[in-house]
Amino acid sequence: MPEIKVTPLGAGQDVGRSCILVSIGGKNIMLDCGMHMGYNDDRRFPDFSYITQNGRLTDFLDCVIISHFHLDHCGALPYMSEMVGYDGPIYMTHPTKAICPILLEDFRKITVDKKGETNFFTSQMIKDCMKKVIPLNLHQTVQVDDELEIKAYYAGHVLGAAMVHIKVGSESVVYTGDYNMTPDRHLGAAWIDKCRPDILISESTYATTIRDSKRCRERDFLKKVHESIERGGKVLIPVFALGRAQELCILLETFWERMNLKAPIYFSTGLTEKANHYYKLFITWTNQKIRKTFVQRNMFEFKHIKAFDRSYADNPGPMVVFATPGMLHAGQSLQIFKKWAGNEKNMVIMPGYCVQGTIGHKILNGQRKLEMEGRATLDVKLQVEYMSFSAHADAKGIMQLIRMAEPRNMLLVHGEAVKMEFLKGKIEQEFSIDCYMPANGETTTVTTNPSVPVDISLNLLKREMALGGPLPDPKKPRTMHGTLIMKENSLKLVSSEQALKELGLNEHQLRFTCHVQLQDPHSDADTLHRIYTHLKSVLKGYTIQHLPDGTVIVESIVIKVSSSTEDSNTKVLLLSWSYQTLIYNGLLPGG
Amino acid sequence: MTPRLLGAVEDSRAGNKARREQKSSGERCCVSKANCCQLIYQQLLLLKMKLYCLSGHPTLPCNVLKFKSTTIMLDCGLDTTSVLNFLPLPLVHSPRLSKLPGWVSKDGTINLGKELKECAGRVFVDAQPEFCLPERELLDLSTIDVILISNYHCMMALPYITEHTGFTGTVYATEPTLQIGRLLMEELVNFMERVPKAQSATSWKNKEIQRMLPGPLKDAVDVWMWKRCYSMQEVNSALSKVQLVGYSQKVELFGAVQVSPLSSGYSLGSSNWIIQSHHEKVSYVSGSSLLTTHPQPMDQSSLKNSDVLILTGLTQMPTANPDGMLGEFCSNLAMTIRAGGNVLVPCYSSGVIYDLLECLYQFIESANLGTTPFYFISPIANSSLEFSQIFAEWLCHNKQTKVYLPEPPFPHAELIQTNKLKHYPSIHGDFSSEFRQPCVVFTGHPSLRFGDVVHFMELWGKSSLNTIIFTEPDFSYLDALAPYQPLAMKCVYCPIDTRLNFHQVSKLLKEVQPLHVVCPEQYTQPPLTQSHRSDLMLELQPPPMPYRRCSVLNLPFRRRYERIYILPELANSLVPSEIKPGVSVATVSALLHSKDNKHTLQSVPKPPPMPPSKKRKRVIEEPPVALAPKPMLSGAVALEAFLATLQKHGITEVKVEETADGHILHLQAEDTLIQLEEDGTHIVCDSEPLRTTLRDLVLRFLQKL
Repeated sequence: MPEIKVTPLGAGQDVGRSCILVSIGGKNIMLDCGMHMGYNDDRRFPDFSYITQNGRLTDFLDCVIISHFHLDHCGALPYMSEMVGYDGPIYMTHPTKAICPILLEDFRKITVDKKGETNFFTSQMIKDCMKKVIPLNLHQTVQVDDELEIKAYYAGHVLGAAMVHIKVGSESVVYTGDYNMTPDRHLGAAWIDKCRPDILISESTYATTIRDSKRCRERDFLKKVHESIERGGKVLIPVFALGRAQELCILLETFWERMNLKAPIYFSTGLTEKANHYYKLFITWTNQKIRKTFVQRNMFEFKHIKAFDRSYADNPGPMVVFATPGMLHAGQSLQIFKKWAGNEKNMVIMPGYCVQGTIGHKILNGQRKLEMEGRATLDVKLQVEYMSFSAHADAKGIMQLIRMAEPRNMLLVHGEAVKMEFLKGKIEQEFSIDCYMPANGETTTVTTNPSVPVDISLNLLKREMALGGPLPDPKKPRTMHGTLIMKENSLKLVSSEQALKELGLNEHQLRFTCHVQLQDPHSDADTLHRIYTHLKSVLKGYTIQHLPDGTVIVESIVIKVSSSTEDSNTKVLLLSWSYQTLIYNGLLPGG
Repeated sequence: MTPRLLGAVEDSRAGNKARREQKSSGERCCVSKANCCQLIYQQLLLLKMKLYCLSGHPTLPCNVLKFKSTTIMLDCGLDTTSVLNFLPLPLVHSPRLSKLPGWVSKDGTINLGKELKECAGRVFVDAQPEFCLPERELLDLSTIDVILISNYHCMMALPYITEHTGFTGTVYATEPTLQIGRLLMEELVNFMERVPKAQSATSWKNKEIQRMLPGPLKDAVDVWMWKRCYSMQEVNSALSKVQLVGYSQKVELFGAVQVSPLSSGYSLGSSNWIIQSHHEKVSYVSGSSLLTTHPQPMDQSSLKNSDVLILTGLTQMPTANPDGMLGEFCSNLAMTIRAGGNVLVPCYSSGVIYDLLECLYQFIESANLGTTPFYFISPIANSSLEFSQIFAEWLCHNKQTKVYLPEPPFPHAELIQTNKLKHYPSIHGDFSSEFRQPCVVFTGHPSLRFGDVVHFMELWGKSSLNTIIFTEPDFSYLDALAPYQPLAMKCVYCPIDTRLNFHQVSKLLKEVQPLHVVCPEQYTQPPLTQSHRSDLMLELQPPPMPYRRCSVLNLPFRRRYERIYILPELANSLVPSEIKPGVSVATVSALLHSKDNKHTLQSVPKPPPMPPSKKRKRVIEEPPVALAPKPMLSGAVALEAFLATLQKHGITEVKVEETADGHILHLQAEDTLIQLEEDGTHIVCDSEPLRTTLRDLVLRFLQKL
């Protein structure tokens, strides 16, 4: 029985370091190659030694697919391809291909230049790695090799985020990456067709959350920002340079415009300008509304949002600052946070999920005293607000996607075990399909039952259809008989006659003859005729012929009559039939 | 059930007769029903693949392919050359045009002065220009399931096909094709509606009158089918039926056919199409290019192994080299500007203009044209320039790389930023106040019959300092200029057509090797004006099948196989046996399901155990088809081995007699004969158990198919 195997190297009952291995139809695919924000040691990257202990991965992987540019999905890519060693194809969408190297470089700089780590990938490695990338278009069917094909669907999580359908023969797997089922201010909703994969591998970040309406969340967010500004506080919003940042910028921009607010909004890092350029050039990946109006007004040209300079953090008066990175684990957002944490007038709004181990995660869990590097502690006095703006599907959205794709099995990754457990129960109950949630390094095996594609000779198909009564009635299937020829890789279904001919074989006739005695005073010819009329009356629907040479033929059964030499009243019936003759229940026993 | 009940109750002859009659009438009915079914399945399986040709224009095709059970329209080209027979639509009142004399036949009997005007010896219709539509009578357009669009130039007739015809299908196109196609339609509607002309001219279309008219009006065909432009409402409704597709996306149609667009290299989002089932493949090649301009390169290899390749959209200028034309364009432009004249470039608002602007971007500085204003005037100028920058996925590699930086892929962004290129929706408004001369103006429509270009023709036509440079190949420039004669302005003809030429296409066909090629008849002979150039035609073996407007071609397909799926349960139950090294066979008896054009085989469910019954009647009425037939046999029974086997089964007294074709075995104790021959075995035996044993022993030696 064919099997599909799924092994998470990361993101198994966890968020971060997404890296999932799939074996399907003899092909091995790596889905995402991310890093873990919560660790600074070996655990930061997936454990590639699981794939092979010695050397390069090229021989063990048929392709690598990256779902989107977030570092927990692509952060280990240069390490994997250049330091561990992989030269095969890497697939990602155009926007991901454009943005991913910038984020990788950013990540590298923070790690190597600021933290002084060595034995890390270099700028050149990022470039070399990106050379192995083949861009994917939405809905394009990419033939990785003769058997393996992949197809990307819109995922709506960030610009260029994709879900991917992987198919070998009639077996298939869908990997969602991170996705969002509700359109927001700049992205559309994820969509997939009814592709009925054997396994749907879904993220489950918000497995237990049913989020209130987006409008409420937005109103809440604006209200909090506004109140804080009004009382002269500073608002820090840690974000990743691309993604939620643009969404919140659009939100604040329109609010500032409407309310005619004067407090400055800043966006940290030089990435902003560049980031917005990407959004302008890849506008076809945004939502309908933005695409429709981009000629008149480009939503990514902000009037109120200005570039941030480090010195502004000490400026008096209210301000709003978007700073990277989003989980307060390093960089500018952390620096600003340290500066502002002591004042209760200030506020930090965490607009997305924070992985365990990050400061973001700690303060969201209510920790008010933080241990900093060098044994210093930081008292957190500012207001901490959490507002889920990450574009992940919530429980409702995940169920909606299952309804769309109609998978045969479900597999959850990219979530916390407890929450997964809950969702798993719900899925199994609602859809009556198996749901798996392997931990890292644990393999889930799903047995598939693919049907076998075969080429049937048109002659045979035609004949069967002609025999079988009304054709367009799918409720009345017809029985079909033929011979399946298996030659090299081809499977052909033909009629037995054609099979003999194609294989250059002679037919071997097998016939049987037996004698039956019966008492009948009539002449031989009359007896035969009586037999003929009797058969005619009992065997309705069969071809029965009385030939002039003194034989009766029922289908392919030959009947002859002769008188016994001893007694002319005793007639000997000679029955002869071939092996292929259909035996009409008890009529001709033992042939 | 009724007949049997009847039979049980009534035993009279009358009853039997009635039953027989009933039965026989039932049979008759069955037969005719079976015949009818046969017809249906034959249609389904053997339906001749046909091609209906609705347009005779080789670069603006409109063909309908009946493939298996699907009806697929390939492109929806609108032949706009008919507008050359009309007077231009001026944006501002033109005294010259309004003073043209009306046409009166030579003998003075026919006066169509209101409809027809004469200018420099040519006669023009004074009414809103009309287009020559694809044929609408050749087949019922409401039966079309899908329309495949290959590029934005080949979709301009879409509203005529999808609106008011009962069309309920889907249109497939790539995103750039849809967006730019929409812009071009919008522009066309805008050009027409901006200068409404209430007057319609129909008298001249009368056959008797048309015969009397001077050429080319006299020779215009199907003039009654010419139609005015559609409305924006119709455009929107037509385009709402478009479903977007990406290159190499596989779109399943009704389970029977799969269609897939391939990059064709001609324009943004332009595609060729593969239409295939598991065993047949048709390639549809429309406007394609092998030159490196802005679009993604042409995908050639996917066209391989086609049964039929439909070839349209070759270059209209087989003797003009696009690079040479581009050079001439630049030098003429520079010369005119230096001499203080203006340059008018009548062009479409998308397509080659991007390449012209890119070429000028590099040329401007070197030619010292840094201060010359370049204007692009069209209601869609801004949109076209903006849209060109957002289709990174559809661009050539170089341009894609720029987007990764991120920089706009086309340099016209910089031309606009540095104020070298300015765009305006029309000559009215800002343009009239900011306009400086000498200048270069890009504007439409290339037919010179409508759009802002009409104004510039009137404005600049009288001065020999000015130059008009034709770059679009769709219209004869002499015909385009006819209603403006006499003209002092210089005319330069630099048609840039990047589509495949005959040399490229024969190389391509050699590479992809289709079994048959179908093409417009124009491609099967040299152009009329260059009848000696046998290199300007397709020479293929077997020769291409030519089509013209209204042709219906039977496509040569020999279908022998169909895809069927064996369900896992059945697949697992099959017992293959090896016949020769590497070849195995298995007999299959299964239920055939046919639904949505997909066939599947599943195991025959085990019949419920029949209650032991001696009633023969009941048994006999089981339909014969439900019984599994025995397999065919092959091979031969080897005498020695068979004798040994018999011995093992306790049959020892065997007398072997040699015959001409084999042996006869006489099993003396059992009074049974077995005739063994090369291709047959005959068992003559009256005892059923023994016969069954012998049968099984013989079968051991034979292969079952």
